[in-house]
Amino acid sequence: MGAPGRRATAWAGGYFLPRDLHPGAWWIWTLGLAVAASRTTNPWLLLTILAVVCFVVIARRSEAPWALAFRIYFGLGVLIVVFRVGFRFVFGGAEGSTILLTFPEIPLPAWAAGIRLFGAVSAESLLGGLYDGLRLATMVICLGAGNALANPKRLLKAMPPALYEVGTAVIVALSVFPQLAESALRVRRARRLRGGTTGKRMHVLRTIVIPVLEDALDRSLHLAASMDSRGYGRAGTARRRARFTTGLLMIVGLIGVCVGVYATLDGTTPRFLAFPVLASGTVVAMLGFRLAGRRVRRTRYRPDRWRPAEIVVAASGVAVAAAMFATSDVDPTNLNPSLTDLSWPLLSWTPLCGVLVGVLPALLSPPPETPHDHHPPAAAGGIPENVPERVRA
Amino acid sequence: MIELADVTFWYHGQPEPVLADVTLAIGEGELVLVTGRTGAGKSTLLGTLNGLVPHFTGGHLDGTVAIAGTATSSRPPREFAHLVGMVGQDPLAGFVTDTVEEELAYGMEQLGLAPPVMRRRVEETLDLLGIADLRRRALRTLSGGQQQRVAIGSVLTMHPWVLVLDEPTSALDPTAAEDVLATLARLVQDLSTTVVLAEHRMERVIPFADRMLYLPGDGGVVDGTPPDVLKDMPIGPPIVALGRLAEWEPLPMSVRDARRRAESFRAALRTTTVNRAPAPAARAEPLLTGSGIVVRYGATVAVRGVDLDLHAGTVLALMGRNGSGKSSLLWALQGSGPRQGGSVRAAETDPARLPAAGARKVVGLVPQNAGDLLYLEHVADECAAADRESAAEPGACRALLDRLAPGIDPRAHPRDLSEGQRLALVLAVQLTASPRIVLLDEPTRGLDYDAKAELARTIAALAAEHRAVVVATHDVEFVAAVADRVAIMAEGEIISDGPAAEVLSGSPAFAPQVSKILGGDWLTVADVRAALPEAVG
Repeated sequence: MGAPGRRATAWAGGYFLPRDLHPGAWWIWTLGLAVAASRTTNPWLLLTILAVVCFVVIARRSEAPWALAFRIYFGLGVLIVVFRVGFRFVFGGAEGSTILLTFPEIPLPAWAAGIRLFGAVSAESLLGGLYDGLRLATMVICLGAGNALANPKRLLKAMPPALYEVGTAVIVALSVFPQLAESALRVRRARRLRGGTTGKRMHVLRTIVIPVLEDALDRSLHLAASMDSRGYGRAGTARRRARFTTGLLMIVGLIGVCVGVYATLDGTTPRFLAFPVLASGTVVAMLGFRLAGRRVRRTRYRPDRWRPAEIVVAASGVAVAAAMFATSDVDPTNLNPSLTDLSWPLLSWTPLCGVLVGVLPALLSPPPETPHDHHPPAAAGGIPENVPERVRA
Repeated sequence: MIELADVTFWYHGQPEPVLADVTLAIGEGELVLVTGRTGAGKSTLLGTLNGLVPHFTGGHLDGTVAIAGTATSSRPPREFAHLVGMVGQDPLAGFVTDTVEEELAYGMEQLGLAPPVMRRRVEETLDLLGIADLRRRALRTLSGGQQQRVAIGSVLTMHPWVLVLDEPTSALDPTAAEDVLATLARLVQDLSTTVVLAEHRMERVIPFADRMLYLPGDGGVVDGTPPDVLKDMPIGPPIVALGRLAEWEPLPMSVRDARRRAESFRAALRTTTVNRAPAPAARAEPLLTGSGIVVRYGATVAVRGVDLDLHAGTVLALMGRNGSGKSSLLWALQGSGPRQGGSVRAAETDPARLPAAGARKVVGLVPQNAGDLLYLEHVADECAAADRESAAEPGACRALLDRLAPGIDPRAHPRDLSEGQRLALVLAVQLTASPRIVLLDEPTRGLDYDAKAELARTIAALAAEHRAVVVATHDVEFVAAVADRVAIMAEGEIISDGPAAEVLSGSPAFAPQVSKILGGDWLTVADVRAALPEAVG
């Protein structure tokens, strides 16, 4: 926030002042860790990544509701591991020689050949399930961390100005769901007052759905009127011609990108369709975006900026992924422990140190601001009684 | 600044115009109060000021509405965003973003103001409205009064010339409403913003208003200073009714005016006393006994061990600020809402134990959003459904409805009824089950003076049938007119409970205007009129 001339002072004193980082920085960090997790099945490394993620989330998440959703992702991760291992019991896991226990196998008809229900379970296949599940769980928890650390709505705000309308639509749509749930709850309670649920199921459903939809429609009309009278969509200076050019550039560019991506992934298509088309398509589309953004006369209140702390956070995530890629070239067995002969998976120093770089944001980023809001979840969703009082239809 | 010239407006498919040949001009720094019955065209008139009518609503507008010299017909409403700030009835429905600060900035972002300007204006507005400590709060977690102030702030940051508000205080408790009105008065005084607001409960606004537009409902507009307009208006706040009764000239607009004028009047009243029926409280066995009622949502305690008895033939008014636990208590008494502790006994059972259809025969509740109870396309269908639901003989509901609000078209859609008619329909639906205890949650919201008087008569009739009635409301004047007993809630507890006159006149926040002027037990103009037959002449 300091003037450019005082950047040095800002470095010294302002770096650790509490503020919310650019959401992009946190997402790059989490994606770096997720990519790293995808490269390995070594449980030690995966558990280290999990520890790093949890540590940073606890150190740097805010008190906002989306930040509290992290434990849901964590639960989801545990569920993934349990399922992966459980399936090895049910559908048999007899690969390998160390049979741990044998269930009576359920014979299946001939057309289900290849599927086995129960039977022998080997340690190797269980371990395979565990490693695999752990890897997937770690990646899911990494995404959860991104959600907890960065306000998803701020990420939408950071989109290029040409996509502003899309961003607004998404924000409005996101706010509809809690409102729908709220009015459904209200109407259902009101239905009890009229003697509750008599009649056929369809009829009962109708008695709830119609008032809820009416409510939603009412609300969206209100919102549209409010947005209109507050200047949403004020015409820019763009003339028809300029608008036409922009649209043409974007469409041509996006077609180029599609063709390019297809050609890159499909080895049989001529090579000149691959990289050159992809690159030129991207350039044309970017140009369109720039043009579209230029005719937007909107400004942004307190935009998130990339400052040193953001770079540190993003770089540490990239470093973790890079370290993992580097190790997989040198020492692949260490990252994917063998499942054929059972032994304790080994852990070498290089990938471990690489993963530990990811913990830097917990120490080298400013803490989030407190929202001065001591009981948001209770007031927001916890008191259905009081909500209608304010949510007048 | 605002000029309406020969404005006539029809909604599609309606034979009569809502506004007919309206010509008026509103200048800088005026506070204009728009009043009139429900459906008289208040919202329509306000909507024309930035072009939402007819650009957004449809319909046909003749004549011109010009803001700062630009006709609203020439461009869409968004092009007037920097001139006219519009605040709707329900602030929450108009919010686009999710935190206070972003909401304040939203309009400026659309105008394309430079970031430093936006930053400064947001800070100024936060201070001006006294909401600086809420800046990072989520909008949904704010109280009604705070939301309303944020909604005002979100248009103020665009520095509009005119601020247009449609019933800004209708959902607020008396204190929150005072806050919002004080804010508006300050804007007019300090920044000379022009403010145009529509309000049903005008008693709180007229002391601030420079000018009044009364829509009698025939399409015309009566324009003048508040005392002039109120003199010939059939509806009016108690202070005006008292002024008419005492033949004060000009009519007093504020409690202070009236009190200074009322000296001789008070002296005349000293010799008489309020002629009121004795409180029937301890007369008989209570119809409903609640003791130690606890309602909680997670860690939040909404009702904290409340004891309450309801007696036949008594009207109890439940008051208290938004979120003080009134609704939770009513729902718990009815048995449909959650109740974590304590007991409720009515008709020898606990209504919460009964099936929904049975509980409704013991305790009837009309919830805050009364319309939630209705889901069919015609009034007649709703009535038939109510007869079936309560196993009453066919026609019972319709008979009740005709008593409460005669002449409602059975083919009408419930959504098309006026607020008062819809309330009557819901009340009729609930009364079809003939409960002896009737609970009404915020029934006066959106009702004009006539509809409120109608509701007061209905409530008195219910009490006369030896039912127990509970009304949860913010409307002090309404309570003064209907209630025998008043209980005030705060933080989930009943903090005072007693005869209406005692509780109301004892507190400055809840005292009705007549009591503020004449002091003591005088609650309504009707009390005074009854005590002074000779003064009426």
